[in-house]
Amino acid sequence: MMLDVRNLTVSVPGRRLLDSVSFSVAAGERFAIIGPNGAGKSTLLKVLCRILPQPAEAVRWQGQLSSGLAQKDLARWVAYVPQALAHTEEFAVREFVLMGRYPHLSPFSNPRRRDWEAVDQALAATGMEAFSGRTLATLSGGELQKVVLAAALAQEARVLLLDEPTAHLDPFQQDQIYALLESAHSRQNLTLLEVTHDVNRAALGHDRILGLRDGRVAFLGTPEELMRPEALREIYGKRFLLAPHPNLNRLVVLPEGGREAT
Amino acid sequence: MKKTTWIWWGLALAWVGCLLGLPWIGVEAIRPQDILSGSPEAQVFWSLRVPRLLAGMLAGSTLGMAGMAMQALFRNPLAEPFTLGTASGASLGACFYLWTGWSFGFLGLSGQTWFAFAGALLSLGLVYGFSQLAGRARTETLLLAGVAGGIFFSSLILLLQYLADQVHSLRMLRWLMGSLEVVGYWELLQAAPLALLGSGLILALRFELNLLAAGEDLAVARGLDLPRVKLLLLAGVGVMVGTVVALTGPVGFVGLMVPHICRQLLGPDHRRLAWAVLLLGMSFLPACDAVARVLLAPAELPVGVITALLGGPFFLWVLTRNRP
Repeated sequence: MMLDVRNLTVSVPGRRLLDSVSFSVAAGERFAIIGPNGAGKSTLLKVLCRILPQPAEAVRWQGQLSSGLAQKDLARWVAYVPQALAHTEEFAVREFVLMGRYPHLSPFSNPRRRDWEAVDQALAATGMEAFSGRTLATLSGGELQKVVLAAALAQEARVLLLDEPTAHLDPFQQDQIYALLESAHSRQNLTLLEVTHDVNRAALGHDRILGLRDGRVAFLGTPEELMRPEALREIYGKRFLLAPHPNLNRLVVLPEGGREAT
Repeated sequence: MKKTTWIWWGLALAWVGCLLGLPWIGVEAIRPQDILSGSPEAQVFWSLRVPRLLAGMLAGSTLGMAGMAMQALFRNPLAEPFTLGTASGASLGACFYLWTGWSFGFLGLSGQTWFAFAGALLSLGLVYGFSQLAGRARTETLLLAGVAGGIFFSSLILLLQYLADQVHSLRMLRWLMGSLEVVGYWELLQAAPLALLGSGLILALRFELNLLAAGEDLAVARGLDLPRVKLLLLAGVGVMVGTVVALTGPVGFVGLMVPHICRQLLGPDHRRLAWAVLLLGMSFLPACDAVARVLLAPAELPVGVITALLGGPFFLWVLTRNRP
């Protein structure tokens, strides 16, 4: 298993954010994490890459204990794409993507040719070569998200943690980001852990899904198992309308519909 | 030529211009042929103006580097050594030394330097310890703790001034204005190694500063050992500020203005920015000092007055510019 999480419990004073969460992710798997707001999805990602403190024995990468790794070594296992960036406007695209190379740099040294090659490859993979000299402030939301993705790809980690990578993007941009993720996944056998609010995206774009509710595992299974009213109610506490997709042999969630047109 | 090449040439020429030009500026006119004779003018030139220029270069570059590091660490354009309360802490230490009327040296450093160190590290320790108590050392917590610490130390300095007799009180007041005037070669030689060591540390951490400037969470996810880097930066800034404050008194706003001007010229990448800050800091403070010497000639203003007069409006400019 690429990632093993055993009895992961995370608390802040007065509140348990994650409560004995256990799951495993295989190498090259596309793994979705869904659940209502405040269920602990983002917390889970942040604990996995140790932005938030990680309990000592709970997380293993291919059997290796995560808490024993230096932060730099961990960053070679796992890269993180945050929900939103802040205050990076002035950096040029190329400078920002280069920051992803940090875990590969020796202390105090300058980036080497290999690092610049990785930057160029990541920019090419995301179709952002033409933007390399622009500052982040001049980019649109979709372009910015591709640059953040490029920086994570330049990190050359085996696992990519994505916190709602398409939030605030229009449907066209969403498709582009998903296509980029898909090609990175198939080309490098990347393991993807993606937090999403889109149940259909979780079911159609992933191999397995983890459903969190109030910090506990409410669901863990395949897209087929997820697309049942009971499973969805277990996660979200609400009824969903399911119907077969016209082109795929799959059930999808339909909007409940408002007032009917007359 | 590219625009950045022009900027580098400009910075380098400004520095060379300061190095060669500023010692000639002052109340007393000195002719070039005098400086190699044994005349009083040569005395003024070599034992007053040149060490003063060198002190300005050392203090300017050190304060600039410290300010740049703080702005990245706190991700706040208004952060500088003075915001963190480090400078106030160092000043308190130095004022305490002046108040006691002691006079001693230890390991080649003056008592004032030791007390400024102690003050700087004490204030850093308090601020850092407080923020650790308050949970993880969040940047906002640290910054607010710094402001509170700074106010507290400033009050203690006022108390010391009130308790001191008139002579000592006047000495403190004069010293608190910040001046390059009292500096001689020996004091310079004491201060230089530590100040340069601090600047070297910050240069070495230029890539880490980039990561911090782009956000703490992302920096950690990219492999930055946040507690260690924070501690290194805080300790480095503490030593740098303690050294400079002991040398010149608290000269304000240099750590704000120099990095900001460089960022405007060359962008936020610390791999370039750090060198530019070193260069500009070495020109900026000596140039301010030259202005202080001639503005009300024959009277000489403390350079801290000039930097404060420039820095106040500059602070407000940065504040309005950064409002979304």
